[in-house]
Order: sequence, then structure tokens, then C-alpha cells
Amino acid sequence: MNRLFQPFLELQGISVVYPCPGESLCAVNQLDLQLEQGEVGCLLGASGCGKTTILRAIAGFEPLQSGMIRLAGRELSAGAQQIAPEQRGVGMMFQDYALFPHLTVEKNIGFGLRRQCKAERVARIDEMLELVGLQAERKRYPHELSGGQQQRVALARALAPSPSLLLLDEPFSNLDVDTRERLAFEVRDILKQAGLTAILVTHNQAEAFAIADCIGVMQQGQIVQWGTPLQLHEQPANDFVAEFIRREALLTQRSQALMRDVS
Amino acid sequence: MGSTLHIGRFWLLAAACITLAVLAPVLTLTAHALQGSTGHWQHLLDYVLPHAMRNTLLLLLGVGTVTGLLGVGSAWLMTAYSFPTRRVLNWALLLPLAVPTYIVAFAYQDILHPIGPVQGVIRDLLGYTSPRQFRLPDVRSLGGAILLLGLVLYPYVYLSTRAMFATQSASLLEAGRILGATRRTVFFRVALPMARPAIAVGLSLALLETLNDIGASEFLGVQTLTVSIYTTWVTRSDLAGAAQIALSMLVLVVALIMLERYGRRRQGYSQNQRSRTVQPQKLTGPTALVAICLGWLPVVLGFVAPALYLLAESYKYLHQTGAVSQQLLASAWSTLYIALVTTAVTLAMALVVAWASRSARSSGRQRWQQVFKLASLGYAIPGTVLALGLLLPFVWFDSLLESIVALFVERAPQLLLMGTTTALVIAYCIRFLAIGVGSLEAGLARIPPSVEQAARLLGETPGGTLRRVHLPLLRPALGAAALLVFVDTMKELPATLLLRPMNFETLATWLYAEAARGTYEEGAIAALAIVVAGLLPVILLAKAQFSPQTRRLSG
Repeated sequence: MNRLFQPFLELQGISVVYPCPGESLCAVNQLDLQLEQGEVGCLLGASGCGKTTILRAIAGFEPLQSGMIRLAGRELSAGAQQIAPEQRGVGMMFQDYALFPHLTVEKNIGFGLRRQCKAERVARIDEMLELVGLQAERKRYPHELSGGQQQRVALARALAPSPSLLLLDEPFSNLDVDTRERLAFEVRDILKQAGLTAILVTHNQAEAFAIADCIGVMQQGQIVQWGTPLQLHEQPANDFVAEFIRREALLTQRSQALMRDVS
Repeated sequence: MGSTLHIGRFWLLAAACITLAVLAPVLTLTAHALQGSTGHWQHLLDYVLPHAMRNTLLLLLGVGTVTGLLGVGSAWLMTAYSFPTRRVLNWALLLPLAVPTYIVAFAYQDILHPIGPVQGVIRDLLGYTSPRQFRLPDVRSLGGAILLLGLVLYPYVYLSTRAMFATQSASLLEAGRILGATRRTVFFRVALPMARPAIAVGLSLALLETLNDIGASEFLGVQTLTVSIYTTWVTRSDLAGAAQIALSMLVLVVALIMLERYGRRRQGYSQNQRSRTVQPQKLTGPTALVAICLGWLPVVLGFVAPALYLLAESYKYLHQTGAVSQQLLASAWSTLYIALVTTAVTLAMALVVAWASRSARSSGRQRWQQVFKLASLGYAIPGTVLALGLLLPFVWFDSLLESIVALFVERAPQLLLMGTTTALVIAYCIRFLAIGVGSLEAGLARIPPSVEQAARLLGETPGGTLRRVHLPLLRPALGAAALLVFVDTMKELPATLLLRPMNFETLATWLYAEAARGTYEEGAIAALAIVVAGLLPVILLAKAQFSPQTRRLSG
């Protein structure tokens, strides 16, 4: 019964510290975050604000200094106690996609399905290829694909083992502006269709607004404001949020105007 | 700081054991030499060491000068000038690397023999009829050894210096010209000082090879430290004495390693500058001819002449007898066999060290990484010193095992390590581990960490990630390392001479025995086989060294 009151994903007072010569650098400081099942959250902030570190902590690549991470009622990290990344049931899409260069598209997607029997595996790969529309490229190698295609393979590969949570680390930063916007909506459709819970990390406000149900604006290892895109836009919690959102919007407008002028 | 990307303790422990094994010979040697009786030391100090040390130092000085002149000279020639055949010469200059020092000495001893082909032609030209009337200075001398070693070792200097010149920015040299310096002054005042770190690296490698050499010095009658160690142990059975000479040799090794470290430390700055490279000046007419002659001279003397000689002798022998002897075939097989085993074991060990080192770094344990660097020191230890340092651990291990087994079995067991091929393989592994580790670390560095993390999040364990992701991606690096280790094992002479089992001959020891007996007949065939095998890594090296550059030039 307790589950009803427990959010699907919960980060409770987590801190991550990087050891530096001389002093320790606090990348994430006493951070709380909650996400309901099926929700798509987004961490928005400038580079170096600790947003990627949070993803890596959820994935199990960064040990926690303090705090607790719980997913679907299971404690993933509590202080020094940690579950290994491969046992967390968390999927991740990397900024550089991290496709295995020696494997074809279908083998990349099937990488995490080793424990299933062959028929199941093939069926799941087919399903994923159809989801991202890459049936024709199944025998190709990553280096033979365009940036957008690589990104979709990375998404399909992360989704294939049906993770309970998907992490997306700057998924669109390697793409050109036009593809970026189109794919952002496409990815949102795919996530919603699959009913997935996901966290996206980006420094681009347009991406955040296009994909997320909830957005957390980050500054110096802490979430300054957590809310829907509308709330952020209309009721910014402080000057930093207001300026961050507005400047981003301004920049986007200006770059779009520039693009128009050029073309 | 701990991390969930656990380095399995297994990897750390295994890599630490390997590192310890590499250091074991040096440690036991030091311990043994320090407790050796003073009587030996006095004798050595009076009669052996001064002479051997003087010879070794003169040899190092001479080889350093010759390799420096040939290496830097040809590197600058190839960088600053363009002339016919330059493209071929670019990689041909590496060919002498395929000829081990003892083979070049073996070949030239015959080529330059008073009744050999060269002196015969000179006498005919000058109208003399007998060697008594005219002969060239004997190649069996310190001077001969310096020249011959220099001829096959200069590519180390050429390689590193050429790479350095290639990355030097043209604008720096042009700045020198604008400021009123001639082409020649620019070379001495700008290009050469800037290339000093690279020259230091190349020289230290060439001089380590010189220290390691036993065959050439012995054929040419130069009593070096290496030769003294060998004779002190083999003919006088004086282990403490040999250990003491070996220790004094390690002092030289440390000095050379420090030279190399100095070079590597300073190398960083200049390679970061990426800009226009030097445009070679086109030479025509007589100057081009001079450039061609100068450029090809080291190739002809260091590779073409000895290779042709070996070919001719092999042909002559096969023509006369029609077949090679059973013993030679047997030694070829044992060479192949032991080189294959060594390659497999060395690569496995290198993989453990490289993987543990990478995991240590990615989980923030830099201190472990520093420790694992020591595992690559074996390459600097001369083969004779290494073999000597391994004798004692082997004996201890055998007697320990014997006393354990004696508790259960009546009959005394046979020696497990001493005088077996296992001992030989261990020595080779320690010596060549650095090649494998270096190659695999470079390969691992090219695999982004995100690829590893992706595999983990897709449910793969660390071991499974290594097997399914890293090993397939490391295949080229593994292949290159395997080739290098294989060929270096085939060529190895000093450690093999000391550690091989009774009646066990490799091609190298076969050649050594033939040359020592003065029976040259089949030696040429064994030498030819070694040189041909040695060509493979040279081709690999030439490809790796020059392909990115040519691509950059054409692109």
C-alpha cells in the first residue's frame, strides 16, 4: 500500500563529490527529485551545472557521497551501498550514442537481449527497428549511417531491453538544428507510445520544452525550480530562471532569424 | 574513491603479480650482488670491470654518434628536400631495423674478410695479388662494432626525429629565414634544438639495444659488459661476480631510461602545434644526385648489402647440398613454437595489465596506474641481465616445489623451471611485455568510455563487456602487438643463450654457434630466415608511421 505514496523515481538528498587536488568539487549538492511513472522529466542548465552527473549517478557510474536513489520501489543507491549498473534496469542514450562500431544495427539493438531466446530476440529487434523506422538499415554498420539514423539506433538499443527508466544525455547535441527539432518531437512520440518514464538532460531550452512534461532548471548542483514548461515560463521562481529561459528563447529566435537570412 | 565500475579485485591482483614478476629479476640481482663476497668484487674491480666498462662506454658513445648523425641527417634530408626516389626512401630507411645486430656483424665479418669479396675487388683494382700486400683495417675491432651497430640502429633515431620534424610548424622555420638565417643555420638553430627531445628518445632506444647486444660484440671481439657477464657466468660459473657486473650495467640502463623520460616529457609541447608542415625544397641535377647517394647510403650498407650477401650464401649452400640439415629444421621449428607460445602468453599478460591500468584510471586510482607502469620496464633490461636475475628465482621456485612434492612422493621430482622452455618463455614475456601493454593501451584509449558504460547498462557484466565489446575492437592492436612480440622473440639472442634447455636451439642460437665455431655454412640460411621475419614489423611500422601523413598531404 505504501507504494501508492511513493513516487516511481525518487532522488533523496543526493550529493556527488569529485575529488580534486587540494579541494573536493561538489558536482551535485543535496538534490531532491521525483518523477511519476510515464512522465518525461528534463534537467535544463548550462554546462558544468551537474546535470549529467545526476544521470550518471542514477545509472550507477558515480558513487553517492550521501542520499538515496529509489526506482520502482527498489533502492538503487543508498550512500555507499550500490547496485551495479547492469542490474539496475535503467537504459541510457549517450551524447555520442556510444554505438558498438564492430556490430551491425540489429546486433547493436540486440546487445542487451542476450538472456532471451532467439525467437524472442529477433521479434524484439524487429519491433524496435519498426519503431524507429530503420528496417532497411538493419545490416549496416554505425559508421555507414547518418547522425540522425545513429541517434535512432541508440534509442532503439536503449529501449530494447524494456528498461523501467530511460536516461537521455544531450541526445540531440550532435545533430544540426533542423534535424534536432524534428527528432525531438519524434522521440517524444516514441517515449509516450511506449509509456516510458524518462529523464532528459539538455542545455537547450527548445528541446526541453518540446519533450518534457516537467522541467528542472539547474544551477551549481541544485535544482532552482521544478515545474511544467508553462509554469517556468509564466512564473519563474527567481531572476536566474527567468533570465535563463528568456535568454535561451532569445537565442533561439535570433538563430532562427539568422538561418532564414542565410537561406 | 570507490566506483560501481568495480575493478574486479582479480584484475588488480593479477596485474600486480605480473608487475612484481617483472621487477623480480632486478630485485634478486641487486640483493645477490650486494651480499656477494668481497673477494669476487676485488678481482672484478681489478681485472674485468675497468676494461669492459671502458669498452661499453666507448661503444655507447660511438654508436650514439653514428646513429645520431645517420638518423638526424636522413630525417632532415627527407623533411627539407625533395628528390627522385624520395617516396621509396621514406620507408626504405627503416629496413635496417629488420637486421639484428648479431646478423649484421655475422654478414660483414665475411663480406669484409681479407679474402672476402670486397677486399678482393679492391686488390684487383689496385693491382695487388695477395692480402699480405694490402688489407683494409680489421672490422673485428671497436671501431668496426660501432659502425656496424650504428648502421642497423640508426632507424630508431630516424623514426622519432622524422616524426618530430614532420610536426614542426613551417612558419617557425620561415620566421628564422625572415630573420636572416640561411637554410643551414635554420636547421642548426631552430629545427635541431626543437627536435632534441625526439632525438633523445631515439638515441636511448638505440643505446638500450646496444647494451643488450651480445652477438655482434662477441663476433667482433669487443669485450663489453654484456660479454663479460656471459663469460663470467658460463665459463667461470661465478654467479655473484656476474650479478655484480650486471648491477653496474643496470646503472647505465637507468641513465638511458632517464634520458628517454626526459625526451618524452619535453615531447608534449611541440606536438600540439598543428599547422602547415615544412614544404620540401625540390632538388635537381647534381645536388639531387648527391641527395640520392647520401639518402640511400645507410639503406644499402645497413640492409641491402647484408641481405644480398645472406641471399647469395644461402643460394650457394642450397645449390651445393640441395637440402638443409635436420638440425637447422629442428631449430626453425623450435623457434616457431617458442615464439608462438611466448606471443600468446605475453598478449594475455599484457591484456591483464592494460585492462587493470585502464580500470584503475577510470575509477580514480592513479597510484595503481603508476605501479602498473613498472610492468613495462622489462624492455629496458638487457637480456643477459634479465636471464641472470631470473636464475635465482627459478632455483628457489624449483627447490621450494621439490621440498613440497618430496613430502608426498618418494622419488625426487625433475626441475620444473630451470633449464626448461618454461623458463625461456617467462624471460621473453618479461622482456616483451612492454610491447603488448603499449599497443593495447593505445587501442583501449581509442574506445570511448561511453561505449563501455552502454554495454553495462544493457545488462553486461564487466568481464562480459571486455569479451563482447573491447576484445573485438582491440583486434587490430592485438594483431600488431602479436606480430612485434613474435618477431622480437624470434630474434632474441642474449637471454636465450643463458636460459635455453640442453640441446635446444633457436635460429638465433644456431647462428651464434655456427659463427662461434667458424663454420658459416648454414648460418646464412638461419640469418636470412630471421631477417625475412624481421621485415614484417618494419612494413607494419612504415604503414603506421607514414599513412596518416600522406593522407593529410593529399587531402
